[in-house]
Amino acid sequence: MADTAGEKKEYWRWQENCWIDESKDWRSAKIITAGIDVGSVSSQAVICVDGELYGFNSMRTGNNSPDSAKNAIGGVLEKSGMKLEDVHYVVGTGYGRVNVPFAHKAITEIACHARGANYMGGNGIRTILDMGGQDCKAIHCDEKGKVTNFLMNDKCAAGTGRGMEVISDLMQIPIAELGARSFDVDEEPNAVSSVCVVFAKSEALGLLKAGYSKNKVVAAYCQAMAERVVSLLERIGVEKDFFITGGIAKNPGVVKRIEKLLGIQAVQTKYDSQIAGALGAALFGYTLMQKQGAPAKAA
Amino acid sequence: MIANYGYKDGSGEYYISIDTDKCISCPAGRACLTACPKGMFEIITDDYDDEVAAVKQSFRRSLAFDCTGCKPAGGYSSLPCMTGCTPGAIKHSW
Ligand code: SF4
Ligand code: SF4
Repeated sequence: MADTAGEKKEYWRWQENCWIDESKDWRSAKIITAGIDVGSVSSQAVICVDGELYGFNSMRTGNNSPDSAKNAIGGVLEKSGMKLEDVHYVVGTGYGRVNVPFAHKAITEIACHARGANYMGGNGIRTILDMGGQDCKAIHCDEKGKVTNFLMNDKCAAGTGRGMEVISDLMQIPIAELGARSFDVDEEPNAVSSVCVVFAKSEALGLLKAGYSKNKVVAAYCQAMAERVVSLLERIGVEKDFFITGGIAKNPGVVKRIEKLLGIQAVQTKYDSQIAGALGAALFGYTLMQKQGAPAKAA
Repeated sequence: MIANYGYKDGSGEYYISIDTDKCISCPAGRACLTACPKGMFEIITDDYDDEVAAVKQSFRRSLAFDCTGCKPAGGYSSLPCMTGCTPGAIKHSW
């Protein structure tokens, strides 16, 4: 695990990302809303101006939810020259949603992911798979992004972003490369028998000892993750259009295997799949502001 | 909305599904709250501001264990939660 300088390389560390839409002028907006998604692994802040995505910040969750929320929104505020006081309404979501100190309201990540997916993938989206840091959700929604059916598995980290981070570190392959590497194999292996993070570790080491290449171990793990989430999806059924949110949506090694098992393609988006929850939260804020009328200010 | 609470593990799938549209004007007087001997249900205000039944967070990862009193190994003919909920909003997957 140690590199030549003796420092521990963090293979699992994914790219943090802060972006604003330079073509929009937030100063001329009537309603500015923010969504803050404090997850177990990552935190995102999204700012919307008049119901349109303006900017976001996606970073690793820190030691506590309030600081993670402040840091997440701090990044996008700084980049845009905005102050928190300029934001009229803030909605918190994710597992730390009730600990966003400046939020007016907390809404579950299930409703927010559906709303965000509706914006990112279009109003034809009916099934959403959110592969989060430590849980996995299967969601059905209507043409407005309103949830009609959901199922969540948060019993263990198997089949989640955290599980993928563990495999990345174990195989010493940067997390962004796992997907591509999983296809660079002589033959597609069977899935590892368990995606439980604890058992998968020992199974992966056993496969290496048995002569599997690292890529093949990663392929076996990606296949196991795909099989696991597909069994979750099958419980509520999959209706087109299908959309994947969360960090693992960026891993083609898992996404393509899910698509193969389901026999359908996931809708592609130009947006960062990790911001779906925060984006949905900001859009909920916009709707609430429209209902309320007069703009307020961040709590 | 169909809300599925529970999990799947090596021994099976354990979900309680609640058709929350039926809870909005519950004609059963929120019977789920008192019918379940374990007190597993609660009324929440959901994300769309509707007052609906939900399985309490503390039970969501242990349904197979928590419902064993109502589901003896020899089988059962009815469940208090499903009998109490006359609109038929509650379903069990196992
Ligand atoms: S679960 Fe059944 S009894 Fe409970 S509130 Fe809903 S409809 Fe009423
Ligand atoms: S089966 Fe029994 S313990 Fe389980 S939810 Fe129904 S009433 Fe409660």
